[in-house]
Amino acid sequence: MQATVAASAIYGASGVGNWAKLAAQQALTQDDLLGFDTYGNITLVHVTDIHGQLKPIYFREPEINLGVGDVSGLPPHVTGQDFLNLFNMTPGTPEAYALSYQDFTALAKTYGRMGGLDRVATILNHIRADRPDALLLDGGDTWHGSYTCLKTDAQDMVNVMNALKPDAMTSHWEFTLGIDRVNEIVESLPFAFLGANIFDAEWDEPAYEPYKFFERGGAKVAVIGQAFPYMPIANPKWMFPGLSFGVREERMREVVQEVRDQGADLVVVLSHNGFDVDRKMAGQVDGIDVILTGHTHDALPEPVMVNNTMLIASGSNGKFVTRLDLDVQNGQLMGFRHKLIPVFSDVIEADKDVAAVIDAERAPYEAEMAEVLGRTDSELYRRGNFNGTWDDLICNALIEEREADIAMSPGFRWGPSLIPGDEITREDLFNATSMTYPNAYRSEMTGETIHVILEDVADNLFNPDPYYQQGGDMVRVGGMGYHIDVSKPQGSRITNMTLLKTGEAIDPAKTYVVSGWASVNEGTEGPAIWDVVENYVKRKGTITIDPNKSVQVTGA
Amino acid sequence: MQLTRRDAIALGAGAAAVATLPMPAFASATADELIAAFTGGAEMGEGGLTLTAPEIAENGNTVPVSVDAPGATSILLLATGNPTPGVCTFNFGPLAGSQAASTRIRLAGTQDVVAVAKMADGSIVKASSTVKVTIGGCGG
Repeated sequence: MQATVAASAIYGASGVGNWAKLAAQQALTQDDLLGFDTYGNITLVHVTDIHGQLKPIYFREPEINLGVGDVSGLPPHVTGQDFLNLFNMTPGTPEAYALSYQDFTALAKTYGRMGGLDRVATILNHIRADRPDALLLDGGDTWHGSYTCLKTDAQDMVNVMNALKPDAMTSHWEFTLGIDRVNEIVESLPFAFLGANIFDAEWDEPAYEPYKFFERGGAKVAVIGQAFPYMPIANPKWMFPGLSFGVREERMREVVQEVRDQGADLVVVLSHNGFDVDRKMAGQVDGIDVILTGHTHDALPEPVMVNNTMLIASGSNGKFVTRLDLDVQNGQLMGFRHKLIPVFSDVIEADKDVAAVIDAERAPYEAEMAEVLGRTDSELYRRGNFNGTWDDLICNALIEEREADIAMSPGFRWGPSLIPGDEITREDLFNATSMTYPNAYRSEMTGETIHVILEDVADNLFNPDPYYQQGGDMVRVGGMGYHIDVSKPQGSRITNMTLLKTGEAIDPAKTYVVSGWASVNEGTEGPAIWDVVENYVKRKGTITIDPNKSVQVTGA
Repeated sequence: MQLTRRDAIALGAGAAAVATLPMPAFASATADELIAAFTGGAEMGEGGLTLTAPEIAENGNTVPVSVDAPGATSILLLATGNPTPGVCTFNFGPLAGSQAASTRIRLAGTQDVVAVAKMADGSIVKASSTVKVTIGGCGG
């Protein structure tokens, strides 16, 4: 582990600080969370995968996050107690609550909700008081994920983020607003929208700015954007026709060389590749000093080093802000100081100006969002490679409301959590389902087709080469159990598919009624998923999710 | 009248410097047979030939593929998993400014795309790249 995680002895200091001890004294304060001895000549501030979350939320980190091939057992593929052991943390402490899943409900009640962009604003104010020209870099998945974001075509997020004054961003879900809306927003942005790997598909030319230079602390800082590589595959390509993405490692190599030739003293990649893709890219492309990772929602309290490249993982949903101070002299990175700042919303005060902007964006929708649909007796969360209780709820709703044998819910990573006893409001439901292609289809599939789909999705997650990993977690399946050996090649991972209601094996030749949502195919018909789930929750009143034992995993 | 790039390329198409030769004679040949016919059975090395293809196809019906082999006289391109593996052979004359070419090919499914280049000294090099064709969806 010491080889991959930067030990503070190498050439810098990092970590989460000593909030554990402070919490034991019931004295967790804003000063403790924000305390930082300003260092070097450059400060980078990283936020990513906010997914439309303006207000504080609960977000349960994954219990199952398997790595395959070379990255098996390496961060971020370490969870729960193993994570705490790796980073020398104690169960029950604030950092254990923020960074792992154990005792989530109890700790959520103790330490409260996290995030809120008005709290993030306070952190930024604090950092900028020390270092006025700190660079704020947003890794994308910002203009998606909430009721207000959907209803305003993301104008709420644009307005609030503008108030935080970012210097650059890159993208993924942004493009599901449709290409016209994206370009309309991009033209209005007072900062750079970067994507070196976004190309015009017809002319094979760069479609957006690849990088931007900033003069900071007497050094030239090049920030290169890398959008989500598998946009037209993982999300509906008909929404942004004419754009091509891809990892495009050769292009990254060229762009790094280009900015070095122009005198860059520090090369930063603001990436939405996902952690394992970034880790591979860092090993293949020389000359990158820092990769600010995104997409896979990992939060790591220390940088991960790959040769001379530092990988930073800053979590999701506004739960964390990373501050990275760097000492750059004559084109050389001499040292760093790093802190993953947890945004405890009850400890960090809201910035009044940004809170007012947030309230103004939400005001027209407050009444509809606040409507209580039901209550949950179970933790509702999404993260995990194979299932999460939010998707169990969605699959149960699809099976009952759509009269299906089998339900499928995509392996998204976004969506905050609820704890037992919480009301389920319409806002909560939209936090887990909001999107621009929400139709819940109902169709007939043979057992063979279902098997092909599961094998296809499994390879997109468990291909040993990260460049062939396309997107989210495993598709969640309701009404059907299966066995998966993640170590096998595509076509032989999935076995023992069983229809749960009868206990019978799935017959490859037989036809089953399957209901799902978020199809990438144009013209998908059916009611919006939030209507399906709302009807179900209202009918049930109280939601209880039984432990999901329908997926048996081996080979990890 | 405005001349768009599309028009300009249409006008220039007749004067393209690279000749793309389809291979009807080998339509049913296997990839190995096509390589044997191209190389005459010579030993294949590596290096000096860059094959660029996406890791995952955004659209299996039109996958952009590029080859670049400085000093090559001819490059054979194969889609080894297609019913008809032969794609084309790029031949470069002595006055060619570079020995590189790009095209778009249709892939029946996940497979290896292979390029084999014949260099001016008669040596042969090979490059291969796996292109995945996936159902898509589920982008977290």
